[in-house]
Amino acid sequence: MAFRERTRVMDADDIRRAVQRVAHEIVERNKGASNLVLVGIRTRGVPLSLRLAKAISSIEGTEVPVGKLDITLYRDDLHTVSTPVVRETHLPGDIEGKNLVIVDDVLYTGRSVRAAMDALMDFGRPASIQLAVLVDRGHRELPIRADYVGKNLPTSRDERVKVALTEVDGEEGVYIGEEVG
Amino acid sequence: MVERRHLLDVDDLDREGIERILDMARSFAEVQRRPIKKVPSLRGKTVANLFYEPSTRTRLSFELAAKRLSADVLNFTASASSVQKGESLKDTALTLEAMGVDAVVVRHPVAGTPWLLRKWINATILNAGDGMHAHPTQALLDLFTMRERMGNLEGKTIAFVGDILHSRVARSGMKACRFMGMEVLAVAPPTLLPPVAMEGVEFTCDFDAALPRCDVIYMLRMQKERQQEGRVPSIEEYVRFYQIDAGRMGRARPGAMVMHPGPMNRGVEISSEVADAPYAVMTAQVASGVAVRMAALFTLLGGAEGGDGIA
Repeated sequence: MAFRERTRVMDADDIRRAVQRVAHEIVERNKGASNLVLVGIRTRGVPLSLRLAKAISSIEGTEVPVGKLDITLYRDDLHTVSTPVVRETHLPGDIEGKNLVIVDDVLYTGRSVRAAMDALMDFGRPASIQLAVLVDRGHRELPIRADYVGKNLPTSRDERVKVALTEVDGEEGVYIGEEVG
Repeated sequence: MVERRHLLDVDDLDREGIERILDMARSFAEVQRRPIKKVPSLRGKTVANLFYEPSTRTRLSFELAAKRLSADVLNFTASASSVQKGESLKDTALTLEAMGVDAVVVRHPVAGTPWLLRKWINATILNAGDGMHAHPTQALLDLFTMRERMGNLEGKTIAFVGDILHSRVARSGMKACRFMGMEVLAVAPPTLLPPVAMEGVEFTCDFDAALPRCDVIYMLRMQKERQQEGRVPSIEEYVRFYQIDAGRMGRARPGAMVMHPGPMNRGVEISSEVADAPYAVMTAQVASGVAVRMAALFTLLGGAEGGDGIA
């Protein structure tokens, strides 16, 4: 199935500004960055978490550890995936007692975030878990909400939202469109 | 009936399929380092270990792999079961099927047993060693161990040394190494080499001449019974020509490693000095075993039923 874009809702500057604002909000909410760990959900949460970490360190002057998380083993829809592939998970040290921020590109049903939280709990007991997303498109199926949102994007269920990031896709943008084929 | 996926020999995979399992095994190796070494991926699935031959490593490692994926595990050993009362393999298999097992891990002294099971029951079959025929998960964990140490295996040379004729480890291992683009040597006295050539495998009786070409020296267990069968004049003579010891290691390629599927006969196919040396990677092989078997079980049972999973 291919993606056919209809509208571009964010461009490179919009994404950059959203990341900056979310970085400020994270610092404000956590009163600094000293006990923070950012965890990007693969695939596009990973570059976003690195961008946020860079923005936070330029605001606060401290390095923020960043991890990446593959949630395949924790998905609740594994039985529908024909060839699930498990990729690398790497967390920067012990997460016990840390304030974790899960980072993802799109928040939709909330099921990925549920899987990510279950995965993180197997690594230790963080002090708190927060959620930062570039786009919240609504239609939650679980009682989950984001603490930090780059852009709220009202959509219908048959629409698709595609986030393109230079590190993964070679270009920047957020698009609304539909599946074709 | 649902089309199931199986792992009967390495032929069920192509190079891409092998690489996918090895890549995933890295992720599962990472799971082994977590405080909680268990993931929920196979929750609700049942895996039966059906072992008609003694085994420590393989059975424990399959059991741990299944448990760490949250599957339920049934352990069946022939010596403590209705087999003692004369129950046939088929009836045992049908019993397991009636209990609703999703996968059967089978080891049996008769070659071809896993293929029979596949015909008889509707469950995923994993071959954990059948007679002198095949042992695909051993081949995969050996590839994983080599790849973690040497990177790309293309063009590297491995020598399987010892009782090639009776070895399912060598048979699956040589095929798997060929798939990965390795040069493969089979080194043994003529009486312990298979009577027919194997595609892409170079047979030789001269271990000392082969050594300088070897990146990996894969020693096979030498069973003392082979002497009674008249395959070797004496164990002492076998040791003189085919044991890997420190002197022979000095003639292998710099950085060469020694592997062994276990259990080892120290002082027969391998000297104690070599067995305990840092270039001998037997404990790494065992550690890889759990991760690789998790990857295999997850690939076969983790996705949608009837998907294009393994090959």
